[in-house]
Amino acid sequence: MKGDSNEQLLLKALANNDSKAAETIYKDNFNMVLAFIINNNGTYDEARDIFQEAMITLYQKAKSESFVLTSQLKTYIYSVSRRLWLKRLQQLGKTTNGVENFDSVAVDEDIEIHERRDAELGIMHRALNSLGEPCKSLLEAFYIERKSMDEIALLFGYTNADNAKNQKYKCLMRLKKLFFSQYNIGE
Amino acid sequence: MEDILLLNSIERYLEGRMLPDEKKFFEELRTSNPAIDQMVVEHKLFLHQMDEYADVKHFKESLHTIHSKLSITGEIRNSEEPEGVTGKVVQLWHRYKKVTAIAASIACITALFISALAMYFSPAANKTQLERLSRDIAEIKKSQIQTNNALKEVADTKIPKGAIVKSGGTAFLIDGKGFLVTNAHVLDGSGAIVTDKDGHEYKSKIVSIDHSKDLAVLQIVDNDYKTVKNLPYSIRRGQPDLGEELFTLGYPREEIVCGVGYLSAKTGYKGDTSSCQLSLTVSPGNSGAPVFSKNGEIIGIITTRQSQTEDVVFALKANNIYSMIDSLKSQDTSLKRLKMPSGTSLKNMDRVSQIKKAEDYVFLIKTYK
Repeated sequence: MKGDSNEQLLLKALANNDSKAAETIYKDNFNMVLAFIINNNGTYDEARDIFQEAMITLYQKAKSESFVLTSQLKTYIYSVSRRLWLKRLQQLGKTTNGVENFDSVAVDEDIEIHERRDAELGIMHRALNSLGEPCKSLLEAFYIERKSMDEIALLFGYTNADNAKNQKYKCLMRLKKLFFSQYNIGE
Repeated sequence: MEDILLLNSIERYLEGRMLPDEKKFFEELRTSNPAIDQMVVEHKLFLHQMDEYADVKHFKESLHTIHSKLSITGEIRNSEEPEGVTGKVVQLWHRYKKVTAIAASIACITALFISALAMYFSPAANKTQLERLSRDIAEIKKSQIQTNNALKEVADTKIPKGAIVKSGGTAFLIDGKGFLVTNAHVLDGSGAIVTDKDGHEYKSKIVSIDHSKDLAVLQIVDNDYKTVKNLPYSIRRGQPDLGEELFTLGYPREEIVCGVGYLSAKTGYKGDTSSCQLSLTVSPGNSGAPVFSKNGEIIGIITTRQSQTEDVVFALKANNIYSMIDSLKSQDTSLKRLKMPSGTSLKNMDRVSQIKKAEDYVFLIKTYK
């Protein structure tokens, strides 16, 4: 089933970080995934985590250039959540109540991509966390909160932006070192 | 310091912030120096990773915001419980229902065990259940076989062949013309046979049954029956007295049995004023038996006893017979001739003599279908 044009627009908006789009998708699908996970030995918190992971998978897929949604959005989210939850259950050694097959689509490839990305982001996350302060906050302010060097200088008490810039580069070099010690460029 | 400058250049190059000349120079440097080229590639990849990290981090944060917003507005469920209103308790219930079930089972088993123990060790009192005193079928059947065998030479039973004996009890005459009184619950069948103490059987028909009072009037309709002119006993209209000495004649077995006791309460079961409580020993089959005072007046009819206790017996007061007969007379003119015994001829006699005179008019009654 081809996703209809409304859904294509919605996903485009999602890829462009339109929070309204994310909210719409969230609202329309969360209860379904919640019901599924609770019926299969899960809790509310677990359902929320799995659903949000599925949302991230969708977001990453929507952002990729090769993106085509081959099924309805609902089916896609259900399938991803279901797959993720079964994996989680296996890891936890829990059993399922014979998971029903509610017209799910093959999402293994997407999940694989998501998991690889997740592992990469995990490397970045760990690298940042082992960096120590003030480097961590400084780099996060620059790269994640996308603050200007002037703002950062003010925030971290540097006399001018150049001082902050120097500090940032020192921190960046350390971070890169930490990151590439884990990350394999060859892959 | 040089590394920092280089990193600065690479970043500016990758962000496209270099001036055209500078950019040209840098690109030449890249092609001529593989180490710098490697650094550029590496940094590009790093920045890409960082971008994505930031992107997903932002997205995750927005998902959290959306989640809390939607669960506050109620557009998504905010608990495991479907309606999301009574949330917490139901959520806890869902989470702990297995534990609860196990706990409940244990409690249940413990309670059963304790009550079983209590029942085992406590005296079997307090069971204020009433037991009707009509004889059950099996018992009657058994005794019937015995009597049938015994009386075969004398007379064949008048119970029609193939009829099933349903119940049995005691009845007594209230009019020599053949009118009898017994308990309504004794008459569990379509026909009734009454037998006197010598084993003579008479067919009888039911004249009236009042289940609310547990009282029934029968009439002997048998050619063998000889009318009795005067009954030796009378039926008391007034109330019995507390502690009054009493005796009863009934048929808990094929043989007439006498029981002696006294009036222990002026009211019956749970304060029922139409009956009274006696202290007597009775057995099933005594239902419908007359209760005599020491002057030979019938003061009541044995109806029930409290099960589990042998000597708490309830008797319907005799004045109920009067009220029933009176209302029957007003409805059925054929009963106009029914006349209750007026006086007792058993006064100032000892009990043995009283019984000798009265026992002829007390019958064993069997009903059949």
